[in-house]
Parts: sequence; structure tokens; C-alpha cells
Amino acid sequence: MNTSFTLGTLHLKNRVLVASGTFGYGNEAAPYTDVSALGGIVTKSVSQLPRQGNAPTRIAETPSGMLNSIGLANVGLDAFVRDKLPFLRAVGTSIIVNIAASSVDEYCAVLERLEDEEGIEGYEINVSCPNVKEGGLNFGTRCDMTEAITRELRKRTGRALIIKLTPNVTHIGDFARACEAEGADAVSLINTLVGMAVDVRTRRPKLSTITGGLSGPAIKPVALAKVYEVSKAVRIPIIGIGGIMSWEDAIEFLLVGASAIQVGTASFRDPDTAVRIVHGMRNYCEEQGIEDIQELVGGLRVATGVAAPGFVKA
Amino acid sequence: MSVVNATHTVLSNERVAEDTFALRFSSPELAASIRPGQFMNILTDEAMDPLLRRPYSISAVDGELCEILYAVVGKGTGILARKRPGDEIGVFGPLGNTFGYDKDFGTALIVAGGIGVAPFPYLTRELQRRERPVLTFLGARNAARAVTRGLANVQLATDDGSAGFHGTVIACLENYLAAHQVDAPRIFACGPNPMLAATQAFAIERGIPCELSLESEMACGIGICQGCPIEKHHGERKYSLVCTDGPCFDANDIVFHEHHHA
Repeated sequence: MNTSFTLGTLHLKNRVLVASGTFGYGNEAAPYTDVSALGGIVTKSVSQLPRQGNAPTRIAETPSGMLNSIGLANVGLDAFVRDKLPFLRAVGTSIIVNIAASSVDEYCAVLERLEDEEGIEGYEINVSCPNVKEGGLNFGTRCDMTEAITRELRKRTGRALIIKLTPNVTHIGDFARACEAEGADAVSLINTLVGMAVDVRTRRPKLSTITGGLSGPAIKPVALAKVYEVSKAVRIPIIGIGGIMSWEDAIEFLLVGASAIQVGTASFRDPDTAVRIVHGMRNYCEEQGIEDIQELVGGLRVATGVAAPGFVKA
Repeated sequence: MSVVNATHTVLSNERVAEDTFALRFSSPELAASIRPGQFMNILTDEAMDPLLRRPYSISAVDGELCEILYAVVGKGTGILARKRPGDEIGVFGPLGNTFGYDKDFGTALIVAGGIGVAPFPYLTRELQRRERPVLTFLGARNAARAVTRGLANVQLATDDGSAGFHGTVIACLENYLAAHQVDAPRIFACGPNPMLAATQAFAIERGIPCELSLESEMACGIGICQGCPIEKHHGERKYSLVCTDGPCFDANDIVFHEHHHA
């Protein structure tokens, strides 16, 4: 049975990746799960310079979800290449480096530096972090900026280029189309939804930055609808993200149009979740007599005559 | 270090004070590896709410038995309090660092506030095994909430004066040290952040070596989510992580802010 997936120069042995910011640089989780069984690792965002991240409190649990405001805390480009990349190269799975930046020039500079390094099969571009003042969501909510970043990065790499989209826009399909037009190999979605929580005793926001990004099973229905919407807008592959806790959740994303998925918040609950999903999807395919998991992608059965939801722009 | 990530069966779950419980389960692997000051992340059940595990200090180890002490403060601890023998919990640990109980000092001064008492029965046992003198200063809201099991030489302070010293645990400690000679003390403290901030100030002013065991919002427990930062005075990085750099920190190293006093 074939579970693999090829995206430009990127060859994934299965359709399960771990999402940026939820699996560190691989080494942290390696004692607790078989990292080599994953389809790939999307690294914690790497920025040109180290980032200390936001002041505490950075996380708050909400019903079936969590808010975070980490602020892209990361070791920075030099330390990533020096200290983290050697481990990642050796783990036996595909490595996709997530890049965060506060200007087009910075995105280009980070990518160009990484082009010199072996063992990186692709890039995921974070244009959608809701928790930093400059860059982040400012890019992801402006179609022209998303377009410009994609265009400039495409000129600079032959490796797989994936743009990570935010759901905090009116028509996410427009953003996906812009990425496709500028040569992105794929889009990944969704990043977190802007949310907040309040402590009624102190009357303070629970997060130091007032708002944060909502993730976890609470956002899965939103994520599914966004993936479905994007699948009607573009032909490039979609990587589905949002509240995936089980192999059943993963299959749902494939059926609505995702070619691969990322496991995020679930790894905080149990770092072995993504590997269990790899095995669960394989068992499901065997049970169903599926020879190539690609059969499931976009395989949603919609009754004849049912029109696409109004938000879906053909 | 062998790490346990498995379902365990609850053996007992008894009320030990008002809204406070001691839960025991058997885990030969965890019992053999976990040390005083370390913690485990517990998943109450398969439901998605609560979504995340919560960190619990190891309170006692007895052969293959592990014990946690917890106060019922929210949804997760409410679910835990309803667990009966035979019910299951998910256990992931040991996590974090240990108290410096093998460091060079004379008398251990344990300072605990509320459910911050949780790590100290186990620490007390290990200190006593090393024949080190232990004095315990325990702060509680009232007499009904004071959890003294497994502690040694307890000086109790209550907020309402319903038992022991009427006032804060730090005032109680201060009074004690004014009246008694204590040989080469080292403080081990755990409790609410305002109490830890006061302990830190007291220890630094007196030049007493001091370790603080911190609590924080936490998601993963293994340094991935970056969700549990604590600001440090020294070093290249502004923040340390409570889960992997702690939970036990030298009082000289960390910075408490206004939000810690809320």
C-alpha cells in the first residue's frame, strides 16, 4: 500500500507531518516517540536572529483547545544551523524548515542561508503568526504581501515551498490562489485563530499579549471548512492543519481535499500522537482495501445537486 | 533515564484535608526513576476537555507505589477527585529537575504554602535517609486545609489563626530563626508565587541558600511548546523554561514580576 506523497523535490514517506512550534527541532520529543516513523518534521519557526518570545503568561487552556502567545521564541538562524540541523539531518524523516520574518528581505536572507545547507527538503513560510507585533499576521492578511513573499522566495529556491495561511481573513481561497500564481508548491492551513480568555477574578486577560492563537480540537471544524474552501480554489496540494488528534481526524482532512496533514497541539497532550496517527491511517487503508492513500484526497461524497457553500468561490 | 508514558490504575484516592486528596498508583518504572522535586504530567481521561495534561509533583514513593497530593481547584482536579480505585489515569514522567538535597548544607528549611506542600513528603524522606535535620514551615488558609502527612518538625502558620501561628509562613519562619540557632540552613520552597517571591527576598536578604519550586501554565512538559517561561537574571537567554530548566530554581537566578503577585 502506498502512503507516500511527492511535492516537487520533497518526498514524504507518509502523509503525517508534525506542525511548526509543536515539535521543537525534533530532539526534544525524540526520547518519547519514534521520530523516524513520521512523514516529516516542520521545525519551530526560525528567524534571522534569536527571539526571546513574549512575556508570561503565554498559554491558557480553553474548552477543547488552547490559546498560545509564544511570540516565535527560537534560537535564531545561526544556532539552528549549528546546533539543531545536524540532529534533524540524522533522524530519518523529511525536514521542512519553517521561516518567520518581519520583512521580505529577512525571509529571503534566511532562506538563502538555508539553501547552503544539506538535509533540508523544503520550507514552510510563516506569514500568519498572530502573536508578534511586526511581520507575522500583517503579511498573512494582505494578499499583496503574501504574493510578494511567495514570488521572491520562489526565485531563490528549487526546494519545496509551502506557504502557511491564516484563517483570520475573509476569503482564504484568494490567498491560496495568490500563492499558486506565484509558484508555491503547496499551501498549509490553518494557522491559529485569534482568540482571548479572561480571568474574571482579576479581570485581566489570561495572556500577557491580551489575545493569542487558538488551536486544538475546538478549531477542527473551522479548519476542515477552510481546507475545503481552498481545495475549490487551487490545484496545488494542501496540507491540512487544525485540531487533528486521531487518525479519523486526519482522514477527514484528506477527504475534504488535503494531500497531507500536520499534527500540532495534540503533540503537547502526547508526543507520540503523530506516530499513532501514521499507524492508524495505515490500518484504515488496509481495512478499506485502499491501495494508494491518494484515492482519499478530495474523496468527499456530496449528494448530487447540493451546491457548494456560498463562501466557496469557484 | 527511563520515561513512563502509560495508563496506570488508581489504587487509592483519599481525602487528606479540605478539598485536598492523595492519589496512589503503582508504577515500578516511575517509582524507580523519579526523584524529589520532579513532576509528572497527568491526563485525567480520554475526553478532549481538559485537553492538556497537568503537572503534578511526586509526593511520595513507597516501593512500587507513587503518590500525588492535589487540591481541587478546577475541572481537571475535580475529575481526578472523583477517581475510584480501578479507574485509570495517563501518566507521563518523570519530568523536570530535582531539589538539591545532596548539596552541602546543614539544616533543611522546608517552606510550603497551600498545596505547594506536594513535593515535600518525598523530599523529607530522602533528607531523613541522609540523616539531615529538617524543619518544616507550612502555611495554610486555615487548620482544615493544612496537609502535614509525611512532613517533619512542622511549624504551622494559618491565614485565619485557626491553628498555629497567625500570619504568613514567612513571618513564622522569621520568628523561628530569631529565637533559634540553625546550622547552615538551606531553604526548599514551594507554594503560590507571592509566597515564593517573599521567600526569595527573605533568603537573599539573609544570605540563606534557597531553592524555589515553581508552578506555571504548561502544555507539553518537555520543552517544546515554550509555554512556561520564567525570567532569569543571568545568562544569554532572557527566559528559562519551568518544565525542563526547572521546576526547581536557585532563588538568586529568577525574577518575579507583578503578574506573579496577582
